[in-house]
Amino acid sequence: MAGSGKAHLRTEGDIILRVEDLVMEFPVGHTGLKVHAVSGISFDVLRGETLGVVGESGCGKSTTGKAMMMLPKPTSGSVVFEGTELTALKADDMRAARTRMQMIFQDPISSLNPRRKVRDIVREPLVIWKRGSHQEQLAKVDALLEEVGIDPQRAADSRPHEFSGGMCQRISIARSLVLDPTLIICDEPVSALDVSVQAQVLNLLEDLKATHGLTLVFIAHDLAVVKNISDRIQVMYLGKICEVAPSNDLYTSPAHHYTKVLIDSIPVPDPEVAVHQVAIEGEPPSPVAPPPGCRFNPRCPAADDRCRAEEPQLRKVGDGHFVACHHPLIGGEAPVAVRSS
Amino acid sequence: MSPHSAHTAHSIQAASRQLEGPLLEVTDLRTHFRTERGLVRSVDGVSFTLDRGRSLGIVGESGSGKTVLSRSIMGLLPKRNTERSGSVKFEGREVIDLPLADRRKIWGREMSMIFQDPMTSLNPVMRIGKQIGEGLRLHLGMSKEDARATSLHLLREVRIPEPEKRLDQYAFELSGGMRQRVMIALAMSCGPTLLFADEPTTALDVTVQAQILELIGVQKRERNMSLILVTHDLGVVAGHTDDIMVMYGGRMVEKAPTNVLFASMKMPYTEALLKSIPKIEDPSHTRLSVIPGRPPDLVNPPPGCSFAPRCSFAQDRCRTEVPPLITAEHPDHVYACWYPVGSPSHRARTAELAAAMSGAH
Repeated sequence: MAGSGKAHLRTEGDIILRVEDLVMEFPVGHTGLKVHAVSGISFDVLRGETLGVVGESGCGKSTTGKAMMMLPKPTSGSVVFEGTELTALKADDMRAARTRMQMIFQDPISSLNPRRKVRDIVREPLVIWKRGSHQEQLAKVDALLEEVGIDPQRAADSRPHEFSGGMCQRISIARSLVLDPTLIICDEPVSALDVSVQAQVLNLLEDLKATHGLTLVFIAHDLAVVKNISDRIQVMYLGKICEVAPSNDLYTSPAHHYTKVLIDSIPVPDPEVAVHQVAIEGEPPSPVAPPPGCRFNPRCPAADDRCRAEEPQLRKVGDGHFVACHHPLIGGEAPVAVRSS
Repeated sequence: MSPHSAHTAHSIQAASRQLEGPLLEVTDLRTHFRTERGLVRSVDGVSFTLDRGRSLGIVGESGSGKTVLSRSIMGLLPKRNTERSGSVKFEGREVIDLPLADRRKIWGREMSMIFQDPMTSLNPVMRIGKQIGEGLRLHLGMSKEDARATSLHLLREVRIPEPEKRLDQYAFELSGGMRQRVMIALAMSCGPTLLFADEPTTALDVTVQAQILELIGVQKRERNMSLILVTHDLGVVAGHTDDIMVMYGGRMVEKAPTNVLFASMKMPYTEALLKSIPKIEDPSHTRLSVIPGRPPDLVNPPPGCSFAPRCSFAQDRCRTEVPPLITAEHPDHVYACWYPVGSPSHRARTAELAAAMSGAH
């Protein structure tokens, strides 16, 4: 199997999104080479859950987020959202499906049209889908703007550049909520913001998740941020899933060597503990020619011949805790049988 | 370190330098930009000194003036629409408003800078070897061959894999981490006494960030350089600098040796900034403390303390009178606050806030 196993997929509960064997490849010019951005990953998200996706640049986390929205359609694999197979949908049906799943991007200023008034930007989805009368639309937009902390009167008169980065991210969030979606995919939504503003936006997302009954997929490179907002975290490396675990377990007992490295690399704002050791040497290799076997093997302290030849499958090491590693840091017992598909 | 002509030249040069007094002395530095909206007071009266071999972290949010401060010291800002006043003394010599030709002699040899984005800071159409060699030939008068050999040596020092190959490559052929290593090699090439690193790891992945910070630290120790590390991340400076300066609204609001600052921070802003960082050891869904509002408008800064509108501890005096820098128990610890953390008024207000919180639930 090309993927990293499906032992972690759940069979019970209200599964809102299920991704199986997702592959995303892009050609490199006319060289015949391919960027293996995502190489056969599977995961699921329960209704009301926040799934965090974490990894370094080039690990395929953003590509995964976009692939769920068919932006573009994946090379192969299946994405089932609220019971509908999205990869089989025609363009028009997909557009309709996207009203139920929305995305928030990293750069809040460039993801808003600079030439339009903010209130019109937030209202546009309602206009396109002809939801409600003009008055109803405005009332809904104003209520949402109020909820995310933007003065509706100011929004009616101002364009995005008149707002700060944090404000623009709030506007993006209001826009993503206006069609009452069930799933929001957040792609590095706080990476461009200052720490003080980052905390405001993270708290806002938590509040909105509760009031609007949302399910979130939260993609970011900062493990501390992801841990704060997520119920479960999926660690990715070079187009593969390394580990999936409930957020607190991932931190207290990481099973994958890469997860450990990520945790150890976070600079601690405390000089008493900040005797900084470099947790790992080197950088992720190119996704054009990923290494055989476990993709982390060239940088892994525990790698042996088996890791260089045989790709590890995800297996259970704890309650809801799965790892794809031949020599995990915890739970080195026999692998759990891989669910046949 | 290999005995190389370049390094011999450095040591002779270093020996002839004036070695007394602080390396850098900044007094009441102001940098204001003329814009259509009015005068932007990016740096508004900052004074500090930096001793030889010491490292200083400058921390602040975007718009706090930390980058403008470091560029003003180095003289990298355009003259046009810029108003600058105050004094910057480097090794006892006034360097503010030096003519360009003289500033060029300082850049690279005395002060150099590692910028945030290694892709846009490197010349995209010049091979790496030539780029590093350019400064060596210009400032140290090396021959082409010597410059190339020294460039190779520098690339080895910054631990770039396959350094021979890199000499003839272009920036786009290297990864982000390697580009930042090239930037460091370039900044080190002429043996500066003072190195500025402006958000050197913000564009890098977290695992690479640790490597680059450690590399900067090693280079600093080996070359006995002074370092000014500019960052928005208190976590980055905590482990890598001797002293920390916190900037807010173009002013220095607190400065102390790193361990003193973390043990007894006085400025409510510093405390709030530290508290708003999500901590990895906290359970998930821990409510983050936020600083309400946003950084001040530098064209029309609020009267009094610029943090007062966002400060939970602000009182009437804070809104009218600008607090001066006050020295704390530790002689090297200064802060600008009327009601600092730990003062009776601050404690009373903390109790009040706690009561209000528990009353609300």
